Parts: sequence; C-alpha cells; structure tokens
Amino acid sequence: MGQVNPTPDYDEQKKKKPERKDGHKPSIFYKLRNNYKYQKYIFIFSCLLLPLIFFIGIRILPTLFTFNVGFREWNLLSTGDRPFVGLSNFVTLFKDEVFLKSLLNTFIYIVIGVIGQLTIGIIVALLLHKIKRFVGLFRVIYFIPYVTSIVAISWVFQWLFMSNGFINDFLMNLGFSQQPFLNSPDQAIFVISAAMIWQSIGFQMVLFLAGLSNIPDMLYEASDIDGATPWQKFWHVTVPLLNPTIVFSSIIGMITFIQVSFTQVVNMSMDGSGGPLNSTISVVVYIYQQAFRQYDMGTASAATVILFLFIMSLTIFQMKVLTKKFDY
Amino acid sequence: MLKKWKFALLGILILLILAACSGNEEETSGSGSEDGEEITLTYWQYAFDSKVSLMDELIKEFEQDNPGIKIEQTTFPYDQYNEQVAAQVPAGRGPDVINLFYGWVPSYVDAGYLQPLPQDAFPHEEIEDEFFPLVDATKIDEEYWTIPTAVRTLALFYNKDLFEEAGLDPESPPETWDELQDYAVQLTERDDNDVLVKSGMAWQPDQQGHHWLRDGLTYQAGGSVLSDDRKEVAWGEGSEGFEAFEYWLSFPGELGTSEQGFYTDDVTAFVTENAAMNIDGSFRVGTLQKDAPDLNYGIAPLPAQDEQSTNASFWTNGITAGVEGEKLDASVKFLEFLTSDEVMERWLEATGELPAKEAVAMQDKFANDEIYGPFIESLPYANAHFFVDESRERDLVIDAANKVLLNGEDPEEAFNELVESTQELFDDYWSDK
Repeated sequence: MGQVNPTPDYDEQKKKKPERKDGHKPSIFYKLRNNYKYQKYIFIFSCLLLPLIFFIGIRILPTLFTFNVGFREWNLLSTGDRPFVGLSNFVTLFKDEVFLKSLLNTFIYIVIGVIGQLTIGIIVALLLHKIKRFVGLFRVIYFIPYVTSIVAISWVFQWLFMSNGFINDFLMNLGFSQQPFLNSPDQAIFVISAAMIWQSIGFQMVLFLAGLSNIPDMLYEASDIDGATPWQKFWHVTVPLLNPTIVFSSIIGMITFIQVSFTQVVNMSMDGSGGPLNSTISVVVYIYQQAFRQYDMGTASAATVILFLFIMSLTIFQMKVLTKKFDY
Repeated sequence: MLKKWKFALLGILILLILAACSGNEEETSGSGSEDGEEITLTYWQYAFDSKVSLMDELIKEFEQDNPGIKIEQTTFPYDQYNEQVAAQVPAGRGPDVINLFYGWVPSYVDAGYLQPLPQDAFPHEEIEDEFFPLVDATKIDEEYWTIPTAVRTLALFYNKDLFEEAGLDPESPPETWDELQDYAVQLTERDDNDVLVKSGMAWQPDQQGHHWLRDGLTYQAGGSVLSDDRKEVAWGEGSEGFEAFEYWLSFPGELGTSEQGFYTDDVTAFVTENAAMNIDGSFRVGTLQKDAPDLNYGIAPLPAQDEQSTNASFWTNGITAGVEGEKLDASVKFLEFLTSDEVMERWLEATGELPAKEAVAMQDKFANDEIYGPFIESLPYANAHFFVDESRERDLVIDAANKVLLNGEDPEEAFNELVESTQELFDDYWSDK
C-alpha cells in the first residue's frame, strides 16, 4: 500500500542530489523546485492526505474509541463519570437472550442472503451472457432495484406480503392457505431476506457479467472439442475462473448484508424493531436500540466490538476457504 | 531526507487531527453574554409542521416582549430525536430549553441532563393546583423537572359511514366494554376463505395499543399498573390487570375482528376505511384532516367498564443542567410564556393538543367542541404511566401479545411474564436511587 513503483528512469534521477554551483547546501525551496523526487512525493502525499485524514478521523479513531467505550459504563446522556467496568458489558451481552438471538439472526441473514444473491446473480448473469438482443434493457431492469430506496422497497414488500396482500391472494387462488408472513416469528426473517436478495441481484449480476466476459472463449471451444457437456463446462471452466469474483462478491455481499439488515428490518418488521418476538432482530438493530433507545453506549459498543470480531473472522474464513488459484 | 518529509507530514497530520478534535470546545450553543447585551437561548423540539410554525410565531412575540432575549429554534425528525440529542449533547452543543416526550424524562433526569424547575417561578402547589394531575409523571425525587404546554388523550375514532353500512347508529358509539366488542363483531367482514376484509376494530400494540391496555383498560377494570410510590408493578395484583389483558387480546383473538399489521398499521387501515374503529390520540386529528378530508368519522371517549380511564401523554419542556445565571432567568421567562393560558389556547387551535391547565381546557368553547370535546372530557380521569424505559416497556407489552397470538402461549403465563419483566425494569431503575 502506498508504495511507489519506481521506473528505471526514475531510479536514475533518484540518485542525483540537487546541486548548486556555489557548493552551498541547497535550501528546501530549491530542492522543491528542482527535484523530481521531492515533487513527486509532495504531490502523492498531498493527494493522499485528505482522504487519509478523513479515513483516520471517521473510521480508525472512532473504531479504537469504541473499544474504549465497550469497557466502560457509559450513559449517552450523562456528562458525569464513565467508570471502567472491565468485561461486565460483554458478560451482560452474553446473558441477554435478545443479543444471542440477534447474533443467530444475523448469521441466518448472511447465510441465506449471500448464498441466495450469489446463486441468483450467477444465473441471471449466465442468461444475460447468452443473449445478444435487449441485453442493455435487461441489465437496466435487473439493476433498478439496487438503486431504489431501501425504505420504499421495504414498504412495497410489506404491502405485498400483508395478510390480505397480493401474495396471499395469489396463494389462495392456487388453493393454498393464507400465510402470516411478516406477522409470523417463523417466516418473517425469510421474507425480509428475500427482499434483501431481490434488491442486490442487480449488483451481483454486474460483477458476474464482468467476470464472465473475462473468461476466454477458447477454453469453451477447447472443452467443446473434448466433448464436454454444458454442465461440465460450467463446473470445470466457468466456476473456477469466476472464483475471484465469487470471493469478492461473497465478502462484499456479507458486509452489505450486515449493514442493510438495519434499514430493511426496521422498516419491514411488525413493530419496527425486529419483531415479532425478536425473530428478525439483527445485531445492528440491537446495537442501535441499546445506544439510542436505552442510551447504553457501553453495551452498544461492546456489541459493536463483537460484531467487528464476527465480521473479521468471517472474512478471514472466506478468504482462506474460498480463495484458490486456478490456472489453465 | 525522505524520512524528514515523512515526519513533517505526519506532524502536520497530527496537528490537523488535534485541531479538528479540539475545535469547538469553547463554542457552546446559544452563548449567553455576561455583559447584559443579548442572551440567546436554544430551544429544541421535534419537527412537527404545525408545532414548528406556531413556535416560530410565539418566539417572535416573546422576543418583542422581552428585548434582550433571543430564541433559536432547532428541530429534528421525531424518529431521530433521541439520537440527535444524544449525539449533540456530549459534543457540548445541547439546547438550553428542550421539549421532551414525558416518557423519556426519567432517563434524562437519571443521566443528569436536566435541572429541576426553579420553585420560586414554578411552585409545586401552583402546578398541582392548576395543571391536570397527570403532569406529575415527570415529578421525580420530589421535584418537577419539566412542564408541558399541552397534553393529549386517547379516544375512540369511529367511521360513521361504516357504522351505517353495518346498520349501527352513527350517533351512538359504544360506551362499555361489551358494546365495543359487540360493535366490533358487527362491523367485521370476512370473505369465503375466512380472510379479514374489513376490520371492526383496528388493533396495533406498537402504536397506541400498549397505552390503551396500560392506562385505559387496566384502570377501567379497577386495577392499576404501579403502586403509589411507583416502585412496584401492581399490574398482577388482583385479577383486574389480567382481565384487561384478556379483553384487549379478545379482538385479534377469539372475536377475530382485528389483525396486527392489517393494512400495515391501524392508522392506515382507519384512513383507508378498512377498519371501522380505532383507538388513537388527539394528535391524529390534524393528520386525518389533512390526509383524509372526506373521511366521515366521529370521536367518543374510550368505552369503559367499572371506571373511566384513558391514556394521556405529553411533550414537555425542561431546562438543561448547565444553564445558570442570566440564561436561567431567561429560560424561566420563556417557560412561563409557553405555559401561559393564552399560549395554551393557541396551541390547541394550531396543533390540536389539549391545554395542560384545567381551567383553560375545561372552558365551554373547548369542552363542547365536536372533535376536541371527547378528548377534553376524558382529561380529568386520564392517566400518564410513569415510564422508566419507554421503549422497553412498550416492547414487553408487544411481546406478551405476540406470545399469545402467534406462539399460542397461555395468556396468564404471558401476562405474568410481562409483569415480572416490567418489575425488573423498575427494580433496575430504582436500584441506584
């Protein structure tokens, strides 16, 4: 990161010291004006500086600060003492059934969500890759949900899955019984996951289309000559060569799922806070409630730390397990 | 050489960060002046159009009558109100006078965020004498911490057209528990597949439903939710609390007149004429007039049983802890202005919230009003539950209902769990007092 790749030309210049005829030590301004090396560094650093400050100020410092808060009793509204309480916030969390439930739910969101959006994303991309006409139109259609407001989509889904909404009407016309969907502790989480998956298909499709176009046609031609079935071509050519895309997609998908499981849950769950009976609450919603409904920053930060570790270990796991090199 | 530059840059970076972090420490909001020039007070309330524009007018008038005091109004969306308060206050940018939902006040007092109202300006006897007794929900540790301009009560909203369609007299709304059940059943329509098409009674525990149960039904049955010292949850003592809970659940339960989330929520269902009756607050009148001007509805006091009771709630004004000296005097003046009879009357006209003082509210012109009359009529017997944790107490009621309705748990068990967990919240609250 941040390394400059020296060109040979540049290397030569690097060795040159700024010189002045009178033999005095060159001043800083002189160096600045006349030396390629310094100018280059100044340019690079000044370009990097702003984003860097932003990144440190907005991401790194608050993250470190959260670790600090997680070990304290910290009431958000209070201006008084914030005593250090060691691990007690973490102990409270792991005794809290709602938190454990939210961890489990987040895991379910991720598993269903990531698998769902990868599978459907690949299928859509493969289909679009095959057709020659109206490709642009279909791409737009599939991509629209991704750029639509999550709140709007959540409300549309709520109306669709209402007890006397469209989906139930449809089911009953087919002879099934009325389903409670969002009103049921067993079904609600799947309805919300479905809304999330539907919204992210477009994004996955774009990634996979890019991945597919990078696979050279000659590999398919070669496998045709070898007499491979379409299924074999898919498993032995497409999937291995798409692997980098799959790894990237699943990590990005996982992280966005952890993030969006907030807006969707808040807008789609029956009581607006992860109901019914906490069946849809995710860790992010739980953190929000602790922090801004209970004003308990200590517990909220402790939960954030746990979420951080959770994401980190999942990411490491994915990178270790999914990343394989394939060469043809 | 390179290293030097790196160090220099690092130094600049650190300086910049330090500067950014330590920036506005001295600049607190509404900086009051010590030399008697102009005092600026910051007033916060949540963004509710009619309230904000009325407040703008009131502030102008107040500033004219009190030269030297300037008031700045800041508003936040209701959903983000607590979040904003919480985020701005630690940064030293809090308000001087703040408008809070009464149910949040105990948490704010607990956090040392508010100061008690000065007793020379707001003597206890005067408050207790003039205001409706429900304002003592924010009397904590023998001090009044906030004072409201207006209060709201719950009443029964009913759709007159749907009453006529069902062959009921639109001018005689239900008055007792039994009548309410009876009407709800008659107003309910289900299709051949037994799917609810029209709900006789909208029922939504996460909206006003939990208030209706707590402050309405429980007291109507002759029970109470809290002991007099507000330390014990008395809900489970005697059979009244459970009676109320069962009655409350009978609508979505055995009567089948209601469904949670019917047309997404009770207000939507009522506005779209898919629900014939709803329990809602006086604050909804403005929304109905704006969003559904053609809706032909009536309002009646809550149907009662042994006793009459309804839920009251209010947004209330307090002074924050750090305010002192001239600024405190100015804040007190502003609060006195906000709780004056004249402002209360205008508040009702502009926002639909009811005057908090008995003498103002009970005037004939308000008490006989077709729309506000039923709300005002219920004020003398209205209860405002003392919340130690509004959102959790609400969640507990919702969970208790869902355990019975969705998981088929025994109602008595669910109710006992509700009482126990509510008691835990109260124990927790009182443990460090």
